[in-house]
Amino acid sequence: MPEMTVIEAVREAIREEMERDPAVFTLGEDIGARGGVFLATEGLLEQFGPERVLDTPLAEASIGGIALGAAVNGMRPIAEIEFGDFIWPAVNQIIGEAARVRYGTQGRRTAPMVLRVPYGGGVRGGLFHSQSIEVAFAHQPGLKVIAPSTPYDAKGLLKAAIRDDDPVIFFEHKRTYRLVKGDVPDGDYTIPIGQADVKRTGSDMTVVSYGLVLHYCLEAAATLADEGIDVEVIDLRTLRPLDTETILESVRKTSKAMVVHEDTKAGGIGGEIAAVIAEEAFEDLDAPIKRVAGPEVPAMPFSPLLEAEFMPSAEKIAAAMRELAAY
Amino acid sequence: MATIGIELPHVGESVTEAVIGKWLKQPGESVEKFDALVEVVTDKVSMEFPAPHTGILKSIVAEEGETVPMGAVIAQMDVDDATAKAAEAASESEAEATAPNRVGTLIQGANVGPTGGTFRDTALEDQIAKRAPVAAVAPAPQQPSGERSYSPVVSRLAAVNGIDLSTVTGTGRNGRVTKQDVQTAIDAGPSTSSTSSTPVTQPGPVGEDLVIDPSPIRRMIASHMVRSVSEIPHAWSTVEVDMTGLVACRTAQRQTFRERHGVDLTFLAFTIYAVAGALRDNPLVNSTWEDGKIRLKGRVNLGLAVAAPDGLVVPVIQDADREGIAGLAKKIAPLVERARSGSLALADVQGGTFTLNNTGTLGSVLGGAIINHPQAAIVTTEAIVKRPVVLSGPQGDSIAIRSMMNICLSFDHRIIDGAEASAFMQAFKRNLEVWTSDSELN
Repeated sequence: MPEMTVIEAVREAIREEMERDPAVFTLGEDIGARGGVFLATEGLLEQFGPERVLDTPLAEASIGGIALGAAVNGMRPIAEIEFGDFIWPAVNQIIGEAARVRYGTQGRRTAPMVLRVPYGGGVRGGLFHSQSIEVAFAHQPGLKVIAPSTPYDAKGLLKAAIRDDDPVIFFEHKRTYRLVKGDVPDGDYTIPIGQADVKRTGSDMTVVSYGLVLHYCLEAAATLADEGIDVEVIDLRTLRPLDTETILESVRKTSKAMVVHEDTKAGGIGGEIAAVIAEEAFEDLDAPIKRVAGPEVPAMPFSPLLEAEFMPSAEKIAAAMRELAAY
Repeated sequence: MATIGIELPHVGESVTEAVIGKWLKQPGESVEKFDALVEVVTDKVSMEFPAPHTGILKSIVAEEGETVPMGAVIAQMDVDDATAKAAEAASESEAEATAPNRVGTLIQGANVGPTGGTFRDTALEDQIAKRAPVAAVAPAPQQPSGERSYSPVVSRLAAVNGIDLSTVTGTGRNGRVTKQDVQTAIDAGPSTSSTSSTPVTQPGPVGEDLVIDPSPIRRMIASHMVRSVSEIPHAWSTVEVDMTGLVACRTAQRQTFRERHGVDLTFLAFTIYAVAGALRDNPLVNSTWEDGKIRLKGRVNLGLAVAAPDGLVVPVIQDADREGIAGLAKKIAPLVERARSGSLALADVQGGTFTLNNTGTLGSVLGGAIINHPQAAIVTTEAIVKRPVVLSGPQGDSIAIRSMMNICLSFDHRIIDGAEASAFMQAFKRNLEVWTSDSELN
């Protein structure tokens, strides 16, 4: 099984889907001649030509609008928002329109579009190239929201997203692009949207996470295993719809739960998960639900030191795990 | 000289209050440290409390017989300044030693926020390396906590498996009982101190006990009874009633009564009529103890204990003292029917001020009922039985066969003494004995 990075897995998924289905095309800022600022689309222009690999102006609203128009007319666009921080002009096209196509037409029309959105910090991106914005879309019925953490999941889920008939926001954590390597099977495979993955089994507590910090959770869990604390780590992979079954099954087993995300705490996905656990598994809880998340500041700071403070680290997560284990 | 308050000391962890006994020193007397100051009585111990300081007993705050919480000031003493200062310092350090220090264990508070602190111009990695341990962990303090609280899963597992949590050693933070601790206790087998709490719903083999899960109404009755008995000091009184006249009245007029009013002329109607009248004339018996005050009820709403399929229910006849025999009979019949068929409305069971329990229908001749909390009393009417009775007449004593019935009162001794109880019982008895076969039924 070949080993590849997250960015290579993303590129392979796009290439294979474009080869498989002529309705699939991709558009975005600098994705053609430049191959994308992260090189996610490198080589695609050469392979598929300018009709299927579209360089667009720096205008997110039109990227969203073009993708939506193409989608409702039978195409399967993959639009790249260069940085998640710049997605806001396209919110009307995404939430105001795309999310409501199936519902508003009583199922007669669908919008099979994918928005690939690099997000997240820890890359010295400062205030405008680092934000976690996923929860704004995870809140929205009518959308599917994916945030993989490994090359295997990235490829399988991106292929599933492209084949899905509804609008999918596909969040790729920038720092995982070249940081995370992993095995990816040869050939075609998809991973069902809406299924979490138990990345590490354990009996003492359940830690739910996604994206970059999931890897920090796994690091912390490995550290705690040496201390005799057995941590189960769940990778959400999909933020909407949430795989509450996997979460609840695990919490019923361990009776302790913690949610970790890079996004800020108040109103984050951790609150939703905590609420689901409290609603459905209250009688199985042996401790208050813990959240480890970014601090309540408006954006990822630019100072490297402050950025490090902002990011959940394996050390911070391990400390929180010890607290929860000792409760 | 300074005046300081003398506090009742904590004598044991489960003791929260004590009754002040005899003061062994009087105000104005000089007191040596460790002199016996006052007798203190708790439900566990009775002891002489020694004076904590040398000085003069200035005033007594808690009088003999008063119940005071632990830590409350019971007296004022004049002591010299040095003693006063030392006493103040001691109580402060005690307060510090017992206050839970939970804030220091929280990781959120321990971390330096990104907008706080001053960062020196040195290598980033150095800074992070120095900072990391701060975020890592402040060790959880192992202070014993006074009251134990249990997490949902611990409570549930203990209940399902019949584990007495007070016997489980906690290994969690501050000695908290964790799920793992309960699991260990379950694996170790049934706890010896709670032999009866294992719920069994299937009958076991012959010869084995069968433990039943009580129905919710049974549980409610149980807690109601426990509450009544534990809160109300019960006292009892029994009086013999000659029912011969009443029996004759009922026998003679039953037929015409039914024809006139369409309902049966029951003993119950007579009884309620009699008891309602007696309550109207003895308002203390129709009252309730309420936060140290006695509330005399403005209405006589008579609760009637009725055996229903699910358990005891007490439908209420509102304003029972305003009805005649016929009116009561007409009210009773449908109410009892609704009670027996389990179709009582909420209004049927609300507002009772006194309860009548006609245990005689079950063959009982004597009872000691539990008061229907928060009422002041409950009365039972026992079986009417024919007995030889000595009657006094103008021609001297004679023995006759009479229909006799006992009426038994349980009353709240906080409100009612024997005298008031007897007055009520005599009125009740009179109201039952006035009848003859040709009495006019109103």
